[in-house]
Formats: sequence, structure tokens, C-alpha cells
Amino acid sequence: MQSIKEIIGKVETNTIAERAACMQGNFYEPINNNAIGPGMNERVQRLRKLSFEAIPSIAIERALHQTAFYKENLGKHSTPVLRALTFLDHCEKKTLYMGDDELIVGERGPKPKAIPTFPELTCHSVEDLEILNSREQQPYTISQEDIDIYAKEVIPYWRGRTQRERIFSHVPQEWKRAYEAGVFTEFMEQRAPGHTVLDGKIYKKGMLDFKADIQAHLDSLDFMNDPEATDKAEQLKAMSISCDAVIVFANRHADLAEEKAENEKNPQRKKELLKIAEVCRRVPAYAPRTFHEAIQMYWFVHLGTVTELNGWDSMNPGHFDQHLTPFYEKEIMEGTLSREEAKELLSCVWIKFNNHTAPPKVGITAKESGTYNDFTNINIGGLKSDGSDGVSEVSYLMLNVTEELHLLQPGTSVHIAPKTPNKFLSAACKVIRQGHGYPSVFNPDTYIMEMVGMGKSITDAREGGCSGCIEVGAFGKEAFLLTGYLNVPKIIEITLNNGIDPLSGKVAGIQTGDPRAFKSYEELYDAFLKQLHFVVDQKVKVSNYIDRMFAKYAPAPFLSVVIDDCIKNGKDYYDGGPRYNTNYIQCTGLGTVTDSLSTLKKHVFEDKTISMDKLLNAVANNFEGDEKLRQTIINKTPFFGNDDNYADDIACRVYDDLVKAIDGKPNIKGECFHLNMLSTTCHIYFGKVMGATPNGRLAHKSISDGTSPSHGCDIKGPSAVIRSLTKLDHTRSGGTLLNQRFLPSLLKRDEDIKKLGQLIRSYFTLGGHHIQFNIVDTATLKAAQKAPEEYKDLLVRMAGYSDYFNDMNDDLQQEVIDRTENESF
Amino acid sequence: MSLIFDVKRYAINDGPGIRVTIFLKGCPLSCVWCHNPESIEKTVEKLFTSSKCIGCNACVESCENHACTLTDQGILTDTNVCLLCEKCAEVCPTGATQMSGTQYQVDEIMDIIKKEITVMDQSEGGVTFSGGEPLFHHELLIQLLDACGKEEIHRCIDTTGFTTPQKLLEVASLCEHFLYDLKVMDDAKHKQYTGVSNAQILSNLQLLATTNVNINIRIPLISGVNDDDENIHQTAQFIKSLKKALVMVNILPYHNIAQKKYEKLGKISHFIKMEEPDKMRQKKIIELFNSYGIDAVIGG
Repeated sequence: MQSIKEIIGKVETNTIAERAACMQGNFYEPINNNAIGPGMNERVQRLRKLSFEAIPSIAIERALHQTAFYKENLGKHSTPVLRALTFLDHCEKKTLYMGDDELIVGERGPKPKAIPTFPELTCHSVEDLEILNSREQQPYTISQEDIDIYAKEVIPYWRGRTQRERIFSHVPQEWKRAYEAGVFTEFMEQRAPGHTVLDGKIYKKGMLDFKADIQAHLDSLDFMNDPEATDKAEQLKAMSISCDAVIVFANRHADLAEEKAENEKNPQRKKELLKIAEVCRRVPAYAPRTFHEAIQMYWFVHLGTVTELNGWDSMNPGHFDQHLTPFYEKEIMEGTLSREEAKELLSCVWIKFNNHTAPPKVGITAKESGTYNDFTNINIGGLKSDGSDGVSEVSYLMLNVTEELHLLQPGTSVHIAPKTPNKFLSAACKVIRQGHGYPSVFNPDTYIMEMVGMGKSITDAREGGCSGCIEVGAFGKEAFLLTGYLNVPKIIEITLNNGIDPLSGKVAGIQTGDPRAFKSYEELYDAFLKQLHFVVDQKVKVSNYIDRMFAKYAPAPFLSVVIDDCIKNGKDYYDGGPRYNTNYIQCTGLGTVTDSLSTLKKHVFEDKTISMDKLLNAVANNFEGDEKLRQTIINKTPFFGNDDNYADDIACRVYDDLVKAIDGKPNIKGECFHLNMLSTTCHIYFGKVMGATPNGRLAHKSISDGTSPSHGCDIKGPSAVIRSLTKLDHTRSGGTLLNQRFLPSLLKRDEDIKKLGQLIRSYFTLGGHHIQFNIVDTATLKAAQKAPEEYKDLLVRMAGYSDYFNDMNDDLQQEVIDRTENESF
Repeated sequence: MSLIFDVKRYAINDGPGIRVTIFLKGCPLSCVWCHNPESIEKTVEKLFTSSKCIGCNACVESCENHACTLTDQGILTDTNVCLLCEKCAEVCPTGATQMSGTQYQVDEIMDIIKKEITVMDQSEGGVTFSGGEPLFHHELLIQLLDACGKEEIHRCIDTTGFTTPQKLLEVASLCEHFLYDLKVMDDAKHKQYTGVSNAQILSNLQLLATTNVNINIRIPLISGVNDDDENIHQTAQFIKSLKKALVMVNILPYHNIAQKKYEKLGKISHFIKMEEPDKMRQKKIIELFNSYGIDAVIGG
């Protein structure tokens, strides 16, 4: 096992060159030939380098505080108050970090990329920590000393008491079977329910204002007539304590800055430190007044929510450009801020996001999701809540910063409504051309309709947007929880094996008959639907159970403060406090399913050129010895993504049936489940747990991602792909995902950039929800596989997020290479 | 009978906006540098891609005339007995054997074109008829142009200009844009490299310049063939003499990608490797055109 010192030593000898930002990546030529140097100022270059080179590590401090506090206080308070007090305790004691060049301050752990653990939810074992420390891909370092302390202080207390253990000891047998077969994943067994995105409220109100609101609601509780009044009172008290916690946390930073200023010899830095102290005294206690304060306000709220719990998809500022624009415009007008200063502050907070690596999982197999990305997705552009154009100078600044810094995080997306100016779209396309993988591109018209369809008001829907990868929600007013991925191709596999998982030989579904006896395609499809409904019902039942467990044992009082209407309702974020409460099931593999069904329909049932027996035997044998059959299927079957109605009609039918199976299933908050179509990297894991499929896909190869066509099967170009995709009614889902890979040669000239923008506009005119582009060439990717050290910066776009190519495992890398290249001569 | 050998969607180099390009099979010229060798013959041809062949013998077994033989180099077809019945391509599991050239009805082609309407609308694109030589298929072309006109789809012709003035004018009256090839000004050279004289091509261009259509002149630039100063000067002078003042020149540097296509056709011996003029030379040529006040760009 390598020691941390060895790893750090390695990095030092392999320093990352300070290249101009436009030279990083794998694209054709610098966009601006006049640009001198990286565009970042020296401070930002230093901060970026530090962040880039920091090694992700595990910080045990939070777990120690948590454990000690629970040992001492469990049973003394109501659960919400206990949670708030442990949050306050940690904010009072936590090691602070304030780097030399920083203007925006605060870290979740004791230093950049030091990630706390959350043993109350899921407790890492000694073995987990050792694997994390030593595994090749995405390691998290931890010292032996810390492992020993963890083994002594943390692990024994939580054994049998974690959320994860509580859940797994109560799930039904049927659920377990399907879960073990890889039919679905469960998000909440590792992390708290997430998808927390903010609206503009924290830029208008400070924590003291929120406390006043809370107090007013406490005072108005009706203990005579409201049977829930006592619970509400506890919840509201907890919220109030959590406001104190973040104020304490900020004041400690102010103290530290003042102390540092005292000893600082450099007058410039001294001034900066005093400024930091002033800002931290102001926010989050009071509403921000300046651009700097507004960013720091958000950052403290961000840290509060990700320290309190480890919700999925981190925390997200939402329409960050729209929130900051009033501060920017006011200060520019008054002359108290320059464009360069604003850019520097944005760069500083961008680097803060990058310092926040995702919390590592337990029971690590690194199979499900191999990434450091914690999926903050900053929405740029789009519409304001009144329906007007949301693009401002700050939007362009954010694109600028994204392009120059070229970091893994934060993810950015641009939102292109019909009224969004072409200038903004072109600026975004130019960043896309750089091949960093982002920004991804969203269609507000479609996602607003999706939200209105789910019952949101038009203004709340417009203030919403996309978070994580592609999921829609009403920012600042909704808990939209991802509950797990559904492996739809696996359901086909189980159907073709009469309820048995062929890989393990164990039962994974229900008996729907021997497919060799099926007389028609309809009979087969019916069996598929029966399996689908059975699996979805299992999933929903357990998700609701888990939701209840979080509401009861792991409420999030601080998060509840910043999400409407938790204060008004006196209820927690996890307990139906928010104005809207959605549960999503994310389905993946539409391409693989469609192509498999198309194969069965055409060759087995219509043309009768391949018998069911022959096909199933070939699939069971992974097509060994029958390459002719496999090639016939691949080359002589209509596949999804080619604007061919034969395949596209099958896709539409499957999609509609997924909507029917999921949409409207009740959750525990009086609302319901909705369909989502995304995969992140889960299609790799799902592929691994599957044998070959009828579409000629070999065993253990990844399935198709989101709603994208099967890899390499879209051979008619991007305009055919967008037509196929938009035969689906996107507005009936909570998001669809389309990855398109472009070689740089398609985007050589400015004219080509314009045409990329027109392709995007076309997709959105047709009703598409999301599209993103990988601009890469195969030679570069192959070279990167062979010489990883030389390509550390290489970012590629994968299924809804950005990652460094060399942080991906072999399968992900291979997949990027295999994807269709839209070369056009 | 007119055949189509390819339909290309998201075509971004064949005229304004994003286009769908229809490639008609058959050409009166036989340029030695031709990028689409399968476009020269008017009839159906068999293409074979050796890298795709898995040696399964399906084609050999399917051929009633025993025209196909499996060899170390893949499938060899005895063209003396092959009837081009297409059975081999039908049974080939990998697409190693394919037929080039499909007959379509006008409404079938229109259905394909109409799939791109949203993209065309958004990009102010349209349809481009290329080849081969689209004017070689006058009857079908007129029908297609007419049908596109009814749908208000922008129409573009990519042509060698080797046709009769009457046909050219009729086509010009039914479309908005021409991509017109000027290969080499010296007639002897033109005959040597393309098989035909350029006299008709040049006079047709003069005639076309009197109509309302927009014209882009395309010059496939090949080292040692047409990249000399003399040819460029002559070309520029000719363009200046045209009635239409606003003519854009697209320089298309030669590339060797077509080699694989010749292999597929079994015509590798016909493939003549030529050189792309270097970047400096390309730049110089642009400057030469500019010195005549002619707008010229690389690519497009």
C-alpha cells in the first residue's frame, strides 16, 4: 500500500504545467489567438493548481464529533433538536481552513478535498477505509493512525445503529432478490436524500431573518387544536438552532481572518483578510449587500447543508447568474466592483466547488459510480421566474470562468429558451468546442412544461431548472429525490428467463412463462410489462419505507430553513415540509431495450428467420460460435436513434409504459413518483450484471445510457438522433438524457459552431429536454489510455457529468472510445 | 432509371445552413481524383469491405451463379458471371458486401428530405443534389426540384457544369443555389484529368451567371494539377469576367480518404494517389484570389 507521502511525492515530481486554459484538452486551436497566458490572474492560477493537485482524503473529524455527541446526548432531545445540536456542536469545534490566497472561505473538511464521513447513515468498516486508501481508481487517502482511531471510536458505536443497517434489516425478500440481481439500485442506502437546489431567498434574507420567521411560526402554533403542534415545535426549534450553527461557523472564520490579519506582513493580503472578516461577520447572519457577500452567503449555506448530511448531488445554487446579477449591476454602476474583480470572485467559488469531492461509498466495489464528481450543476441563462430572458453579463462571466478554469467541478449547464439570444448560445457552443464536456444544454420550454405537468405553478416552475445530471425540480421549494436507477434491459433479460436471473440462477422477478412458448410479440411484451410492474412496485414500497426512516431518524433542519415551505409547515425537508415533494425512479437503457425488442419482433416473430430457441441459446452462450447471427442482428435490425419508425415506435411504447408503471405511484408525502431517464455512470454497472442481450450486445458490456441510442448504433447522424429522441414525449418525464459525441473536425470553423447551435435549437424546437456533447478524437483517447500521466487534464463527457478520463475505470474509457463518431466528410 | 447512392443528413459543407445531401449515381466526367468513385457508373455496383468480412460464406452459398469465392483477401466476385442480383448483399450479416445504387420514387426521397425540415428551418438550410452529376439525371432532378419548391425547401445543385445550356437553365429556374466546380482552366489538362473538355463547362458558367441563382465556385485543389499560379490567375480572371459580381470561391484541398472506396469497388488500380497542397500554398492561393477582389475560403 502506498503511503500518502509517496503519493504526494509522486504528484510533486509530476507537476501540472500551467498551460493556457485554451491549450488544455483535445481540441483544435485556441479560440482567441490574441489571448496571452491562461486568462486567469495569478491568484486564481495558484488556487486552481492547489485544488487540482490536492489528493482526495478522508477526514474523520466529523465522525468523531458525531459519535461523541450521540454517546452523550442520544435520548435527551427530540430527534430534530438532537440533529440540530450535533450540527451546532460540529460547527463550534470543526477545524477551520483558510488558504493563503483565498477570498471566498470555508471547507467541509479540515482542508481542500478532505471529505468527512457520515457514520450515522452508513459507517465505513476498516476494510472499506483500507480499500479506499489503496484502490487504483478514485482513491481516498487515510492514515493508518486515523483508521485505528476510527476502529476504536467510531465503528463500535454505530454497529447495528446506522440508517443503512436499519433499512437492510427490514426490506422484503423480493426486493432483496431484485436488488442483488442488479435490477435496480437504491440511492438512500449510502447517502441522504438529496437534490437540493436553492432559489433566490438567501440573497434577500439572512439567518437572523429566518430565525425571526421561525419564531413567528413557533408563536402561532395552536397547541389546543393542532395534534402535530408539538412535533412542529421541535422541528422549528431545531431549525432555529441550525441557523445559529452556521452563524457560529461564519464568525469563527471572521475571528480567524482577523487573527491572520494581525500577523500578516503583506499589506495587500492584510486588507483582504480584514475584508474576509467583515464579510463573514455580515453573512450568513444578515442578507448580503455586495457581490462578494452574496457569493460567500451561498458558500456558507452550501457548506451547512453538505456538513449537516451528505445529500445526493451535493448542493446547488440553481440560477446562480440570475441571483448574482442584481449585486453585480449595482456595484458596477456604483463603481465598487470591476468586471475583473467579479470574475476573480467567481473563479474563487468555482475552485471551492472543485475542492468538494463526493463522499466515498461503503462496501466499496467501485462498481456503481466511479467518480469524484459530486454533481453540483450551476444553471446559466434560461428564463427568469417572470418568463423574461435570464441572460446577463454575469452569465457570460460564468461561461468565461468555466472555460478558463477547466475543472471537474462545478458542472455547468446553459439553458436555451427561444428568447435566449444567439450570442449567448454561440458563446456556450464555443466552450463546448473546447472539449471539456460542459456546459450541457437544456431546454427551459420543455422542463417548465414537465414541472407544470407535475402540478407546479408557472412561476415556481420557471424558477426551477436542472440539477445533478438532468433532473428537474422547483428550486428552493421542492424535495425531488432520486430513489435509484432501474435497469430496464435487465427486466427484458429476466422476462426471457421466466423470472430468473441467468447470471446467478436465482429468482429475481416473477414467473411470466417460458418465452419459447410465446406465440406473438404481444405475448412477449405483456410478460415484460408484468415483470416491469412487479419490479417498480417493489422499488416504490421500499423507497417509501426509506423515506420514512429519514424523516424519523435523520431530519435535516438546516436544509429545511432554506427550502420553502418547511418553516411555514413546521415540517422537515424529508417529511413533506417542502412545497413540492417528488420521488424519481431513473430508468436507463432505453436504447438497449428498444434494440432488443426490435430484434425479437423482426427476426423471431415477423420474418421468422431466427427462432426464439436459437436466439435465446445464442444469448445464453454470449453469441460464442455464432458471430454470423450476432452480425446479422447488429446490421439487419432497425435500431433506435436512426429516425426509423420501426425502432422508434418500440421506444415510444416502452417509454409510455415506463411512465404508466411509475408515474403517480404514491410517496409518503401525499404526492407521487415520476419517471426520470438518466444513468450517470450506472449503465456501466448495470451492463456488468447482465449477460448478452438479444440486440447483439455482449455480456457485461455497458447498456445504453439514459435515452441515448445504443453505443455506435446511431449511424444516420445527429439530426436523425434528435428526431428519434423527440418522438418520445419528454414533457411526461422529469428529464431525459442525450449524449452526442462529436469529433473536433465537425466544429472547426465558426460557421460550424453556428450550426451546432442550430442543431441544438432544432432539438429544442422538437421538444428535447437535454443534450450534451463529447468533442474528442479517438486517437487522443487511445493515447490517453496508454499514457495517463500526460493527459491528466483530459475531460470527457459521460452520461450527464464531466470526469477526467484517467479517473475513469477501463470500461468507462472504452465506452467513450466506442461511441459513434459523427465524422462528416 | 436514376439511382441514388447515398443520402447524407447533417451535411454542413454542402451549401448554406444544415442540409440533406442527395447523391445521384452517374457522372459524365471521370476525374482521376474522384472522391466518390462509386458515383461514376450509372448502374448498380457491388461494394466489398474486407475488414468487415468474417468469412462466413453466406454470400458464396447464396449465389446461384457461383460468382463469389472466399479467398485470403476476402470475397472475390467474378464480374463476368455476377448478375448484380443483390442476394449476396442481402445475406451478408456484417454489411461487408453492399450494393451501391438504389432506385427511389420521388415521394420516397421527399419523405427523407422532409424529416430534416426542423433542422433546415432553424439553420436556413435545405437540400443539396450532388453526385455524380445531378444534371445527368435531368428528369428525376426536375421532379425533385419541383417537389421541394412546393414545400418551400431551399434547393442547391452541386454540379460539374457539364451539361447542355437548355438543361442548365431549366434547373437554374427551379433552384436557389449552385455549387459549381471549376477544375482546371487549360483545356488539354482538363481533358487529361477529367476525360472531357471544359469549353461547355465554362460557357455554361457564364450563362448561369446571368440568372438569379447564387453561385459558389468550388475548386478541388490538387498539387501539380491545378495549384499553379497560372491556373489560379486564369481562374480568377474568368470569374472576374462573369456577369455576377458576388461569387464566392471555395477551395477544397484534395485528401486521400477515397482510397478505401476504390478498394471497396475492387478498383484500387484506378486510384491515383495525389498530393494536398501545403498550408502555405493554400494561403497563397487565397491571397491570389483576393488580389482580384474575389472572396475565397478554404473549405465549405
